[in-house]
Amino acid sequence: MATRVLRLVLAAWALVALAVVAPRGAEAKIFRWANDGDSNSMDPYAREETFLLSFDSNMYEPLIRRNAKMELEPGLATEWKQTDPTTWRFTLRQGVKFHDGTPFTADDVVFSYDRATHPGSNLSSPLSTVKEVRKIDDFTVDFITNGPDPILPMNLTVIDIMSKKWCEEHNTTRAADLTKNEESYATRHENGTGPFMLKDREPDVRTVLVKNPNWWGLKDEPIDIDEADFSRIANASTRVAALLSGELDMVYTVPPQDISRIAGTPHMKVWKTPELRTIFLGFDQSRPELLESSVKGKNPFKDKRVRQAFYQAIDESAIAAKVMNNYAHPTALMVGPGVNGYDTALDKRFPYDPAAAKKLLAEAGYPDGFSVGFDCPNDRYVDDEAICQAVTAMLAKIGIKANLLAQTRAKFFGKINAPRYETSFYMLGWTPATYDALNSLKNLVQTRDGKDGVFNTGSYSNPKIDALDKQIGVELDKGKRDDLLHQALTLTRDDFAYIPLHQQVVVWATDDKVDLAITGDNYFQLRFVKMK
Amino acid sequence: MADLVSPIPAASPPANPPTPPGRARRFFDSDILYSFRRSPVTVAAAVVAALIIFGALAAPLVAPHNPYDLASVSLMDATDPPAWLDGGNWDYPLGTDNLGRDVLSTMLYGTRLSLTVGVSAVMAAMLLGVALGLVAGWRGGFTETIIMRVADVQLSFPAILIALLIDGAARGILPRDVQAEIAVYVLIVAIASSHWVYFARTVRGSVLVERNKEYIQAARVIGVRPWRIVVGHLLPNVIGPVLVLATINLAVAIVTEATLSFLGVGLPPTEPSLGTLIRVGNDYLMSGDWWISIFPGIWLALLILSVNLLGDWLRDAFNPKLR
Amino acid sequence: MTAFVIRRVFQSVLVLLAVALIAFALFNYVGDPINNMVGQDTTPAERVQLRHELGLDQSFIVQFARFVGHAAQGNFGLSYQQARPVGQIILEKAPATLELSFVAAMIALLLGVPMGIYTGLHRRSLVSQAMLTGSLIGISLPTFLIGILLILIFAVVLGWLPSFGRGPVVHIGWWSTGLLTAGGWRAIILPAITLALFQMTLIMRLVRAEMIEVLRTDYIKFARARGLSNRAVHFGHALKNTLVPVITVTGIQLGAVIAFAVVTETVFQWPGMGLMFIQAVTFADIPVMAAYLVLVGAFFVVINLVVDLLYYVVDPRLRIEREHTAGG
Repeated sequence: MATRVLRLVLAAWALVALAVVAPRGAEAKIFRWANDGDSNSMDPYAREETFLLSFDSNMYEPLIRRNAKMELEPGLATEWKQTDPTTWRFTLRQGVKFHDGTPFTADDVVFSYDRATHPGSNLSSPLSTVKEVRKIDDFTVDFITNGPDPILPMNLTVIDIMSKKWCEEHNTTRAADLTKNEESYATRHENGTGPFMLKDREPDVRTVLVKNPNWWGLKDEPIDIDEADFSRIANASTRVAALLSGELDMVYTVPPQDISRIAGTPHMKVWKTPELRTIFLGFDQSRPELLESSVKGKNPFKDKRVRQAFYQAIDESAIAAKVMNNYAHPTALMVGPGVNGYDTALDKRFPYDPAAAKKLLAEAGYPDGFSVGFDCPNDRYVDDEAICQAVTAMLAKIGIKANLLAQTRAKFFGKINAPRYETSFYMLGWTPATYDALNSLKNLVQTRDGKDGVFNTGSYSNPKIDALDKQIGVELDKGKRDDLLHQALTLTRDDFAYIPLHQQVVVWATDDKVDLAITGDNYFQLRFVKMK
Repeated sequence: MADLVSPIPAASPPANPPTPPGRARRFFDSDILYSFRRSPVTVAAAVVAALIIFGALAAPLVAPHNPYDLASVSLMDATDPPAWLDGGNWDYPLGTDNLGRDVLSTMLYGTRLSLTVGVSAVMAAMLLGVALGLVAGWRGGFTETIIMRVADVQLSFPAILIALLIDGAARGILPRDVQAEIAVYVLIVAIASSHWVYFARTVRGSVLVERNKEYIQAARVIGVRPWRIVVGHLLPNVIGPVLVLATINLAVAIVTEATLSFLGVGLPPTEPSLGTLIRVGNDYLMSGDWWISIFPGIWLALLILSVNLLGDWLRDAFNPKLR
Repeated sequence: MTAFVIRRVFQSVLVLLAVALIAFALFNYVGDPINNMVGQDTTPAERVQLRHELGLDQSFIVQFARFVGHAAQGNFGLSYQQARPVGQIILEKAPATLELSFVAAMIALLLGVPMGIYTGLHRRSLVSQAMLTGSLIGISLPTFLIGILLILIFAVVLGWLPSFGRGPVVHIGWWSTGLLTAGGWRAIILPAITLALFQMTLIMRLVRAEMIEVLRTDYIKFARARGLSNRAVHFGHALKNTLVPVITVTGIQLGAVIAFAVVTETVFQWPGMGLMFIQAVTFADIPVMAAYLVLVGAFFVVINLVVDLLYYVVDPRLRIEREHTAGG
């Protein structure tokens, strides 16, 4: 009896095994790659998250897209211009079809604006200046803004266009609503216009995209790969191992310490470019007494000399060299190269000088230093915990005892972000979503008033910068605007509002048969991938 | 069943035969020492354990650097290889970690922390678990039901969650100033409270078997008080598996501590324990800086190995049934 | 016997309620999910609104009551991270974890018990010493270190086995299995060994310790005196008597395998519940955590019930006692 069952099982197994390992038909070009996170949804409005947006933009397309150099270029719109200060007019591309064959028209643009700005969508903020989207004819739409908005085209690069008909058919005219208990159809299905189509998806494990043979861009821009096979691998060492063992053609993100190992392996190639994200340290500058400090009755960080002492006690070049293995760009500004408003001339750090720092502390009345709590994430930025430990050690040399609390992101952000803002000294990173310095200034430096300065955790406040921000927001002349941005960035720098540390470097690693386009916004576009 | 035990008058004279004089003494003089000398493995284990524990206790005296004195750590010396390799130097015999701390010194200091946390947590878990297991197995009925169902609840929560709860509660209740100082205790309580169940369930299982054996029945009949039966007769007979569990759990406790530090519970990363050093060094294995995790790994392995071998010997030597 | 089981089932429900209650008390401490769910440009007002809609601004008692109400109807809510029903996510992940745990437990038992018997019978032999020492080295290195070392050797250097994932899987109804393909077996080897190492050592040492004790008892001496063969004594009498603690511990450890699987699954990117859980903790994905904890609670309840029932089977002396207790 037992043997018979066993034999049956074996037979069944052999059959299934045969079916599974049966050889594939035609030789297709398959590109296998991995990232530390998964695109949590196929719905392009589900979350304002770099990886989700860049992954989904292989299937969906915006009106205006960015090319391999991060410059704006026509996407589903062929032209755009301001017809008056509050109106942007877009001419749409003709002959484009969604993956299900439905033609693309102005109705889809109006619908997408509506879907992106309603609850469930996470992408309402890039459209916050837009009052209305008006269909002029089948291939012309007007975006009416509340006031003059010079940077609307930049904001539109993250708004992918969805099909009105498809969304209505599948009852997904609103993005996923977490309070309902149903999965939205768009969470695991797609119907974009883009160069790739969804073939298979196991959330959090594997997602397979195939080339869209009917893509409108094919004749100018042929797609080289037939299939892109994405796996999520959260553990950095495992990810690197899978690349080294030949199971993958490309991985990102790559930990700095493993870069030289990969670069030194035959047939491997490392790609890098400066990232837009700036890593910096912030101080609580508003509470009369710090929450976590040995100084009682006053807040030492209200004194500019103390902030400067912290700044000059930190040897950023050592951090960049040793912790980041030179994959970092030390910075004096809150924005980095590639962000509109950045200027190399301003990017001069104050020198590392522990002796001067000690003197400043003594002048401020703390000759023996003091202790202060130090909040840090340990799974958010490249080597975040190691950077914080290095900072702690450097501060120790001028008598500051930083009590480091390194936590996972959910706990860290829950502590230091709104509404609690419970920190005295912390590390944070910021990427301006608009690629424009005003975004960083408004979120990080402007006085916290419930609307602006949301991530100004330390509640820094400088009326001069607030006034400049207001002017920049409505200035349409690029030259004047850049000049105002420079003024605001310089003020921030010289007042030691923050201690900017560095911009990370985006590092991707591939097998050397792969060619691709790497950009500082960490957007990985499959359409640029070529395989020998 | 409780009826069997309770009605026995408290006044009845103790029935145990008087213990032969100097029994413990004779033990130490002959059997124990003899069995110790006879086993070279045990002697070796004892020497290794003694060395490691000595290194931990005397870390401030024997370690070449103080890795917790951050002012003395230089980032520019980070990831230096061991002294005998190219680029190494004898300032840092076993190399440095990713922040420039001397690996050897960090190991010695880290062992102090790991041992403190590991041993305290396992001891606490063992005491609590054995006591509850004995009570549950012996009393049975409602008491047993309550204890064992609480154990079920407890088992459902991985150690990391228990630790988050205890840590969160401690942070909520205690003033911010003392939080840094109590971090170690939070860790011990957290780890102990996720380990006691293993002891409790194991002991209860053994008690269920033992309590019906003749020697226990006999003790009851002649009127030995329940707690004396439990402690004097039952305990020695169920302790074998407990010792196996305890010595093995020491390794688990030490490693759990490293996992918890990642969640921001317990000790700050500026004071790495042995486990934390291995966890951090783990990220550098792929890049070729193997010494950050491998030396502490070997150190931990040696410690666990010797403790377990000593535990084996101890159990055999003191087991009344094997004498 | 039936009464005993019925009572246990009733108690189990209480256990699960307690697990859920504690879980919700605990969620105050796992961090803030809102920040992970919204973009960095989301206004504070929108954040407050979302918090309110999800009921996160209510006391844990209210959240707990709502959870129990919904869970009783089989509804565990939507994952904050994936915006998909939690029940569905867990159903997708469970097969991977169960297969991994099962293979690991099999390795642990099939190697651990014989090695335990051998080392118990031949205490002084060199092979025994080698087994004991070798297995200890395996457990005294942390799981994550062992996992990475195995990957480094078998995937990167030798290129024999895959470094991550389950390999090709076959779907049979809602169950997905990797055990029907050669690729699936190749993928399970490294994680299963990593996971089994600890349990194997524990089981082996327990069996050995118990064997040594039992072999010295009068009961065994009588058996030998009766002229029974060594084989009959060792396996018929001695082994059977060692089984109560072994069953207890193996039972708990089977549950623990699932908990331990968290680290193993992370290292090998094994798409199971452990990986799902650790991601839920770092994301503060409360619905996923709540469902997972209750599910694991249910596992332990079932395992412990089975363990208690197995006591009857292997040790007749417990039977009378237990029935007596259960009846009274």
